[in-house]
Amino acid sequence: MGDFVSNLSLGFSVALTLQNVGLAFLGCLVGTLIGVLPGVGPIATIAMLLPITFGLDPTGALIMLAGIYYGAQYGGSTTAILVNIPGEATSVVTALDGHQMARQGRAGVALGMAAIGSFFAGTVATLVIAALGVPLTGLALIFGPTEYFSLMVMGLVFAVVLARGSILKAIAMILVGVLLSTVGLDLETGEERMTFGLPILADGIDFAVLAMGIFGIAEIMRNLDHTETRDVVRQAIGRLLPNRQDFKQSYRPVLRGTLIGAVLGILPGNGAVLGPFAAYTLEKKLAKDPSRFGRGAIEGVAGPESANNAGAQTSFIPLLTLGIPPNAVMALMVGAMTIHGIIPGPQVMTKNPTLFWGMIASMWVGNLMLLIINLPLVGMWVRLLKVPYRLLFPAILMFCCIGIYSINSLPANVMFIAFFGLVGYMLIKFGFEPAPMLLGFVLGKLMEENLRRALIISRGDMTTFLTHPISAGLLVVAAVVLVIALLPSIRKGRDEVFTE
Amino acid sequence: MKKIALALAAVAGLAATGAQAQDYPNRPITMIVPFAAGGPTDVVARIVTDHMSRTLGQQIVIENVAGAGGTTGITRGAQAQPDGYTIMMGHMGTHGAAPALYPNLKYDPTKDFAPIGLAAGTPILIVAKKDFPAKDLKEFVAYMKSNASKVNQAHAGVGSVSHSTGILFDSIISAKPTLVAYRGTGPALNDLMSGTVDFMTDQIVNVAPQIQGGNIKAYAIATPERSPALPDVPTTKEAGLGDYQVSAWNAVFAPKGTPPDIVKKLNDALVKSLDDENTKKRLLELGGVLPSAAERTPEGLQKLVESEVARWTPVLKAAGASAE
Repeated sequence: MGDFVSNLSLGFSVALTLQNVGLAFLGCLVGTLIGVLPGVGPIATIAMLLPITFGLDPTGALIMLAGIYYGAQYGGSTTAILVNIPGEATSVVTALDGHQMARQGRAGVALGMAAIGSFFAGTVATLVIAALGVPLTGLALIFGPTEYFSLMVMGLVFAVVLARGSILKAIAMILVGVLLSTVGLDLETGEERMTFGLPILADGIDFAVLAMGIFGIAEIMRNLDHTETRDVVRQAIGRLLPNRQDFKQSYRPVLRGTLIGAVLGILPGNGAVLGPFAAYTLEKKLAKDPSRFGRGAIEGVAGPESANNAGAQTSFIPLLTLGIPPNAVMALMVGAMTIHGIIPGPQVMTKNPTLFWGMIASMWVGNLMLLIINLPLVGMWVRLLKVPYRLLFPAILMFCCIGIYSINSLPANVMFIAFFGLVGYMLIKFGFEPAPMLLGFVLGKLMEENLRRALIISRGDMTTFLTHPISAGLLVVAAVVLVIALLPSIRKGRDEVFTE
Repeated sequence: MKKIALALAAVAGLAATGAQAQDYPNRPITMIVPFAAGGPTDVVARIVTDHMSRTLGQQIVIENVAGAGGTTGITRGAQAQPDGYTIMMGHMGTHGAAPALYPNLKYDPTKDFAPIGLAAGTPILIVAKKDFPAKDLKEFVAYMKSNASKVNQAHAGVGSVSHSTGILFDSIISAKPTLVAYRGTGPALNDLMSGTVDFMTDQIVNVAPQIQGGNIKAYAIATPERSPALPDVPTTKEAGLGDYQVSAWNAVFAPKGTPPDIVKKLNDALVKSLDDENTKKRLLELGGVLPSAAERTPEGLQKLVESEVARWTPVLKAAGASAE
């Protein structure tokens, strides 16, 4: 305990110097501003802004980069809420209810709740990292391919539960998503799958491309279809900050979201992706009236946003304590550290304690900054919606194109968002939900790779998923959740038949 | 329409004169890095170009064009205007292993480039989970010869450095362990540390921290000399497997047809950068090996590329490895 306090005070003595507070502020501000651009999520933002940190000392540079990361993450949620374009897998669920809230004139409340929930989750996650970072490292090592596959199965079951409307349609969309995720080079053999000989498909479909097309471009087309719904948003801006009733509805989801996000964030291989989905599913299950979800329920923003931010932060644990990046953003942080002459690994903690603890303390400072920057900005963002749509949509389209091009400098990706936009528009018209498809896409790849890895290592023995206790446990949870989810809908289906 | 064409021709003409060597460079230079920002090649590129920009008096802007094991970016670089304003950071994969892995490769590493010079070599290490029964490389090779079917070898995906160098290792010791593919080095290392997989070969910058932290063990380093970063790890020669000499090198290339005086200017800037104390220090911290005077020349690089293509093609073809 004494260690904990002295370590944290060392950290804050580093993080609270004028220079480092300034850098945290600058990082968060720049990250938020760039993250708001559709499609420019944390990865693209950090990659673009990496060079501006070169002149700084390593600690300052990493504090700033971490600030950019949280800022971009938060900025991505803003875009998800305002224009229904999730820049990252983690903000897909925020778009579901957040954008509905915006359509009902409650954009300010949604943004405010996202900021407050994120701040709370960030505070808790900082304490978790400081207190338990080192012992929790073991968790990352327990999760091998077998456990990971079962976790993904559980995730897909969540996806079914997450769906609004027809379960059959949801399952169909998940399967389409899984199918799309198999496009590209086969990881084990290097064979091309479903690429039609197009070199551009050899690396598979980029998540940002798919999400931006299916959600963003399709949304624009739908809005142009019937502009009047858009005007509703413009007429009623409504309150900017959540009121007591909103807080009452949200504080439990924030607590639960924080817990779920923090645990999943530690897992290797992008476990944090599951956090917001899991939080959303949980809130929907616990709600008295689940039908509100997908129609602007504030719990559907508060829970997932807290989970998102908690996971974003605890995913630093494997990086800081082991030097192993659990996802693409953290891999980029590894690069940033090496460019600054710090080789990430278990030795960082003992060799560079000021950097290690300074960075942890700066996470909390960064979260505070985000709150300070974003609450006043909420008004500004919301006013963006007042811009006439005929002016707004070309701007969104242009930023989408720039954003998507900036990821890999590939013109073909710009064509792809147009294509997926058309697909997304058709799906909406036929009453299919795009969210389960995106989840299927994200989880499908991880699921297939880990299934094959697990089977290769067990030399083809299927029971490996049941003999590993954690894996077996996860599969049981998945089965139970699936049964609970399916029973009422089967019953309801019968009821409907009978009432006809 | 004609006017536009004329104007374009005039602009093109201007650009062409701009490419003359006297006033080269008079605008920023783009360096294509064929991998994502933050990876080992990207880090080397950023460290080396930092000082090169100062020598040339123009900023070298890094453009990350990732995809297909780096061949997407290099293809684009090979097809760029040979005016010295587009250069690229190639590596062992794009200019050595790629012809074997990608039968439809759109460039020939030995013919379609104006080599500038080698930037840095990254040694390869043979590492295993910490409780693997063999205590040194000899025992490990002996174990592999009799128990290869039980051993799981991790790599970071077909076409990655750990994949090519791993297959080379297997072919030299004539063993066929089970290959387990990961998407990137991070997850592979994670499973090596937890003991899910048994061993892999990878670049020093990725594995050194885990060796120093005692999370995995290193059998040997595939360079002629020990690395100052890991003085306790023997070379493959010392450990009795001198045939396994391999390095993930990074080198600067320009498209074929780049004027010789521009190549010279770029090479001068590269050599000056590699002689700079700060660049040296940062590359060494990464565990990198600085190229010798001969390796820094365009001719030396051309020779290296030819020998690498000749070396990787049969090994990878025999293993049936392909990325198409």
